[in-house]
Amino acid sequence: MGKQLHDGKGRPIAAITGFGVLTSLGRGKQDNWQALTRGQSGLHTITRFPTDGLKTTVAGTVDFMDLASYSAPALSAAMAADAIREAVSEARIGGRGRFPGPLYLATPPTELEWPQRKALFANVNGDAREGGYWHLLKAARTGGFKDFYTHFQFASVGEFLAEEFGTQGLPISLSTACASGATAIALGVEAIRRGETDAALCVATDGSVHAEALIRFSLLSALSTYNEPPERASRPFAKDRGGFVMAEGAGAFVLESYSAAKARGAKILGVVRGCGERADEFHRTRTHPEGKPIIGAIRAALADAGIGCDEIDYVNAHGTSTQENDKMEYLSLKAVLGDAIEAVPVSSNKSMIGHTLTAAGAIEAAFSLMSILCGTLPPTMNYDTPDPDIPLDVVPNKSRQARVATVLSNSFGFGGQNASLVLSGEPA
Amino acid sequence: MKRTIGHSRAAGGPEVWITGLGLISSLGEGSDAHWAQLAGDDGDRVVDEASFPPYPVHPLADIDFSTQIQRKGDLRQMGPWQRIGVYAAGLALEDAGLAGKRELLDETDLIVAAGNGERDEAADGAVLEALTDAAVPGDAPSGLLNKTLQTTLRPTLYLAELSNLLAGNISIVHGVTGSSRTYKGEEMAGVSATEDAVRRIVNGQGQLFLVGGAFNAERADLTLAYELCGALWHGPFKSVWERSGEGGGFVMGSLGAFLVLESDAHAKARGQKPYAKIAGVASGRLRRARKENGAIHRVDALLDGLVPPLDEGSLGVLSGASGVESATGDELSWLDGLENRGSAPAIRAYGTMLGHSVEAHFSAGLALAALAVSRQRFFPPFDNSGRERPLRERAERILVTGWGHWRGEGLAVVETADTQ
Repeated sequence: MGKQLHDGKGRPIAAITGFGVLTSLGRGKQDNWQALTRGQSGLHTITRFPTDGLKTTVAGTVDFMDLASYSAPALSAAMAADAIREAVSEARIGGRGRFPGPLYLATPPTELEWPQRKALFANVNGDAREGGYWHLLKAARTGGFKDFYTHFQFASVGEFLAEEFGTQGLPISLSTACASGATAIALGVEAIRRGETDAALCVATDGSVHAEALIRFSLLSALSTYNEPPERASRPFAKDRGGFVMAEGAGAFVLESYSAAKARGAKILGVVRGCGERADEFHRTRTHPEGKPIIGAIRAALADAGIGCDEIDYVNAHGTSTQENDKMEYLSLKAVLGDAIEAVPVSSNKSMIGHTLTAAGAIEAAFSLMSILCGTLPPTMNYDTPDPDIPLDVVPNKSRQARVATVLSNSFGFGGQNASLVLSGEPA
Repeated sequence: MKRTIGHSRAAGGPEVWITGLGLISSLGEGSDAHWAQLAGDDGDRVVDEASFPPYPVHPLADIDFSTQIQRKGDLRQMGPWQRIGVYAAGLALEDAGLAGKRELLDETDLIVAAGNGERDEAADGAVLEALTDAAVPGDAPSGLLNKTLQTTLRPTLYLAELSNLLAGNISIVHGVTGSSRTYKGEEMAGVSATEDAVRRIVNGQGQLFLVGGAFNAERADLTLAYELCGALWHGPFKSVWERSGEGGGFVMGSLGAFLVLESDAHAKARGQKPYAKIAGVASGRLRRARKENGAIHRVDALLDGLVPPLDEGSLGVLSGASGVESATGDELSWLDGLENRGSAPAIRAYGTMLGHSVEAHFSAGLALAALAVSRQRFFPPFDNSGRERPLRERAERILVTGWGHWRGEGLAVVETADTQ
């Protein structure tokens, strides 16, 4: 790329000047990276709610945030704020409470949860019951539950963060399910390429491990039931993989146009070179049998970056540990990279932090960048029984030193939204 | 609102043409039905005051969903909200000449403004009963919630509830397989969705988009969500403006609205005629709670970024006002101020006829604006409040407003497209 301010297609380059991450392994990218490269797991037996009678009792919940009481939006907002603080302070951008660009925020599903429904239900005398929601509505009409409303609107987390960090314009809340984090980054890249802003705050957060969410995924037979020991629950690419493990966390990126970052003397940590997205028309939870949309997303990311597949040094896989995802991801990588895939290391962070759902794309992009900056590939843990149908170098069970210039990071969502990112170090 | 970025076309750059409309609501399905009800002499609104007392709603017209969603398995896996959206999306694709054309659908980028799908109200009711029947209310035995949920929840309906699954179902049913993005955030989801498409087209980041949203008004779980903050109008129906001074509030309306947005070059190359063009779209975030000084001027600045200074002449305004007291009052005083800038706005609150459709509302306004521009006539007043003065001239330029009932402001300008 040379010391140019634009990429090979004449577009402003989207540089990363700060990033932050929070997972069940802890706060901040240094602590997370240390744990991740040691093969440490953040997964544990759930204590947030009773797990009596549940097939799955393991998750990667984040239990160390200081919350008055748990709810998905409250935890999601707190984790996002933490990751943003790390990213913004590293980038040394803006002023106190003023970020000079828009907020692109991936947030989990938001709706009233059981504690709120129960509180409403208990508010009206039993003899006044009309049943179910009509009873709840009667309680709502008392006007005594307005805080439930402000808390559980879709825009609630975005409004809170926009106010807290002083981002510009309307905060954007989005969901592409498990590809959401990658989509948030893609939106920032596009805005910078359009020249409409010099900086963007791209954030993804998910704190939605509660009983109902777990039960719903469990009823879809999507979750691992290897409950003991918890750190063995997630087994991406292994033959005995048995489903994903729900988890929580947040990732945040400060993206800037390369020229603006240089002009203010900011340290360039890396660049987002390409983004690719494709929708699946095949099925709600299963991927196209030929992997067409996954292949399409990866190819689109490479084409957007203007690079050949020989430039990919490492793949940070979606690698959920479900039978289907991991097989389809392998077949798709093989279709795009050909036999060269055998020589490209592919690891899944989810073996240690679980599947952080909405946040996964951003958290894993953060770890991809750490690989570039530190020259270390985090391992795929719990890889004891290789799957003969997936002959990949998964960096099994132990991290590895490697020079990494360019990473492909994959995210594939329930509902058929697929996104891939290409990240590189600072242009030479 | 601190800084805003308007998006009007750079000189010589691509224009954003509206080349397909898909609209279903209480008034029926398709452009002709809506035009007849909204622009005709004997059009009328449809309001149901009996089913969800004390909340009037605009119920969805009778729709045979199987004409757009042919596989029974697909229908089964969608709740009403998703069916409404998938159906409207199908109408828009047909209208734009895209339906069934795999190569074009494969390059169509999808952007959906979404809320949540329906919860299973019976299952939720059963869980609440079970928890409350426990010996000590609020202190149900450990595991009771788990047990009840595991036996009452239906797994496929979980997928029907996820915000991004409206987009997922549109891809599955209609074969739209470009990129797929879902925006959230009540009314502003619709504004963000439109802005994303317009910005990408104007800057050459895409050429062909399916953009829109859906809203099901006939559901108690959503009624609850909006009643919690007192956002809903109670009692007999009144028009949006007539609710002012009586506590305000919105009347929910079932609606699906999708538009095909396309660069002028792309549409010309395939011989597709436009209804109109989107000359610009902008959004902002007034800090309403702080009663920020100069808020009105900030919305002025938004508008100035979209259109040349408004001078003499009429301006058609399709207001997305909800009727919620403070937001609607603020919008009205801003619209009144347009007269001081030399413009004579003819305002129509389309929520009076269709109801408020939250995430889908802005797309509905754009669709109605495109219809009026293409038929060279503006709509007659929708109520007798005196707020909506008649406009005899043709409407070459229509302003669509979207003030969120609790946050966010959006504007778009729809104009006649120059097809020469």
